[in-house]
Order: sequence, then structure tokens, then C-alpha cells
Amino acid sequence: MSWEWGVIWEYFPKLLDGAWLTLELVAISGILGLVIAVPMALMRASDKMAIKALPYAYIFFFRGTPLLVQIFLIYYGASQFDVVKESFLWPVLREPYWCAIIAFSLNTAAYGAEMIRGAIQAVPKGEVEAAMALGMSKFQTIRRVILRRAAGIVLPGYSNEVLLMLKSSALASTITLLDLTGMARTIIARTYTPLEMFFAAGMVYLAMAAVLILCFRLLERRLNKFQYAKRPI
Amino acid sequence: MDLHGYGDLLLSGLWVTIKLALVSLFFGLIIGLAGASAKLSSSRTARAIATAYTTIVRGIPELLLVLTLYFGGSQLLMYFASMFGYDEYIDVGQFSAAVAALAIAFGAYSTEVFRMAMQDVPKGQWESAQAMGMTPLQTFFRIILPQVWRLAIPGLGNLFQVLLKDTALVSVVGLNELMRQASVGAATTKSPFDFYLAAALLYLLLTVGTTLITGLLERMSKPELRGGRA
Repeated sequence: MSWEWGVIWEYFPKLLDGAWLTLELVAISGILGLVIAVPMALMRASDKMAIKALPYAYIFFFRGTPLLVQIFLIYYGASQFDVVKESFLWPVLREPYWCAIIAFSLNTAAYGAEMIRGAIQAVPKGEVEAAMALGMSKFQTIRRVILRRAAGIVLPGYSNEVLLMLKSSALASTITLLDLTGMARTIIARTYTPLEMFFAAGMVYLAMAAVLILCFRLLERRLNKFQYAKRPI
Repeated sequence: MDLHGYGDLLLSGLWVTIKLALVSLFFGLIIGLAGASAKLSSSRTARAIATAYTTIVRGIPELLLVLTLYFGGSQLLMYFASMFGYDEYIDVGQFSAAVAALAIAFGAYSTEVFRMAMQDVPKGQWESAQAMGMTPLQTFFRIILPQVWRLAIPGLGNLFQVLLKDTALVSVVGLNELMRQASVGAATTKSPFDFYLAAALLYLLLTVGTTLITGLLERMSKPELRGGRA
């Protein structure tokens, strides 16, 4: 087997360009996903069937189907309808970049909402009652106590979800985007060195994952400070 | 939803998806059991290899794994074969490359599930089996594995759902599974939304079916719920 390190070094800057797009996709859809997930989780945690039904169906669909189907449904599927093509949405839905971001956000929001719901329900009841007793309104309780505590509870699990999304972002390459995987595939088409290029791309993914894990560990220490504080004996 | 008579195409794809998932599950479970045994073994080399395997595979995208094994699989296999003195050209088919990629990914995650399940089986069971005169291999298959199985089912069920959804990635290298057939239908009829929605619904059906079967297996693995001996 011939193995060429030279090719890796030659094209490494290109791979890093791709890695940058990957990070961009993950960051933007991670934030958008979180913005969708929080209200979904609050609705999902409700006792009323009418409020619970929509997030339930949403989560069921997006967790039960492959992300690739969701991406294709948005990117290729939208073009089937003339209504969409003539509407103001078309300039957005025409772009693979935005389609990828929409699909990733909706997908990660579904997984995130389920986790956040678990965390919301795990907030000790006494803390919610204490907030009520202090005279906080329902909205204030949610903002100051429930979500604040839920954030600390959900974070370790949520960091896993972000890592999974980093890996799923490779699917962006299937709709012509030049993310890390897409870039590797383009380079391979030119040089025909699949093992070397995929190996290099894999290492860059591992490095990104390692950095993300580190960031989340620091964030968790901050959010859950009380757990790490030294107790006076 | 109008499929223009291409419904059969989707169903044939569904069948390939199911076969792909089950074959990958079989090999993935073997890899997982081997990996967990390696992680818990007393040999430092075995532990290091297993840890490197799970760390690397869990850190890179499944799509990258599929592409690597499809485009580089022949090269890799021929390299290993040449070490044993075999120098002919070896072609890695789509199906075997796909199964290899999915099984390797599933194996990495199931290694962790099996490892935790194995750790939950009390050490005394190994010792008493040894006292009864069983060899380590006998102990593993007669005493440990049945209990590990029971503890691992919920975790493995979740992983199988992930595997089922990952089979869609294989369409990228042109294997005629559900997702690929949906793309073919979408391209010929110019109604992509209908076809991808149909595919999505079929995948939903598979995930729901898997959830039901996992629940059933979980109940069957618990003698107290099966109404056996008290």
C-alpha cells in the first residue's frame, strides 16, 4: 500500500477551510436548535394534552427518521411546490447552506427538547415552590429558577448531543457543501488518495471533538459551581 | 402523496435496508462483545487497542467511515492480504463495505454498553463458576453472557435505532437501499417531496417496530415478568 504524507500536507490548508465551515454549521444550528428546543421542552413538560401534542409529534418525527432524509426533504423536496418557488422563502431554500442549517437546527432541537424536558422535570419541586412563595410570577420562576437549574442538569447530556451534531454535520457534503468531509471528497476526486485524505479529515474531526469536550467541561464547572465548591467541614 | 407506481421500488429498498441493518447488527454485536472483553481484560495491550478503537470511531462521522471503507476498502484489504502472501486484486462490494462501516460504528458504541453490563455482573459469579470446575470460556457463555444480555438490551435497543437511521448514509455510495431508491423515484418523477416523505414514513415505521420488539425482548429477558419460577 502506498501512503503519501505529502498529499496530506499539501492539501491540509484546504481541509482546514472545510473544517471552518463545519464549525460554522455546528455553531449556527446549535444556537438556533437551542432557541427552538427550549419552548418545545416547556410545552412538552406541560400537563395539558393540547399543548403537549405538537412538540410530541415534532420530536417523534425528527428523532424517528434519518437526518439525511430530513436534509433531502428540505433541500430537494421544497422545489416540488411552485408555491414555495414563487414565495419569499425561495432565495433561502435554494441555498444548500441554509437548507443544511434548517435541517440541522430542527433535528438537534428535537433531541435537545427531549433532554431539556427531562431536566426541567428533574428540577427539585421545593425550589419551584420556594420561588412561588417568594412571590415570583410563573414567567419569573421559569426564567430565574427552572431554566437556570435545568441548564446545569442538562449540560453533560447536551454536550453529547453537540458532539453527535458535529459528526452529523458531515451530511452537509451530500448537498454539495464543502465542509470538512465535502472538502476531503473534492480533494480525493483530484488526487485519488482516499485513505490519506479521509484519515486526515478524521483526525481533524477528532481534534475538534476534543476541543469541544474541553469547552463543555469548563462550562459545566461554571454552571454547576456549587457542586465543585469545597464544603466547609 | 403520489408515487407514480414507484411504490414497489421503495419496498424493495426497505427490504435491503432491513437486511443491511440486521447483518450489521450481527457483526456489530460480535465486535462489541470482543471489545468489552478486551476493555475488561488484564492485558494492557488489549485494553489499549479497545480504547483506541472506541475513541477514534466514536469521534469521527459515520459518513466518513462509510466513504473510507467504500473508496479505500480494497486498498486496505489488499494491504492486509499481502501480509499473508496474497497479491491478487480484491474487490470490496457495496454491501460488504456498508456492513463493515455500520458494524464498526455499532461495535464501538456497543462495546461501552457491554462493558457496563459486564461490570454489573458480580465477580462472585466468575469465582463460583470456577469453583464448579468450568473453564473461563464456559463461564462466559453459560453464566455471564445470559445475564449481560439482559442488562444490555435497553442500551442495545437505542443503538439499533441509531444503526437503522445510519443505514441511510449508505445511499451515498449507491447501494440500493430505501434512501437511494427514494432518490431514484424522486429524480424520475420530479416529485422529490412525496418520495422523501414516503421514505421518512417507512423509516418511522421501522423505528416504531424496533421500539416494540425491544420492549418485548426486555420483558422476555426478565424471568419475573415472564411468569417463570418465583
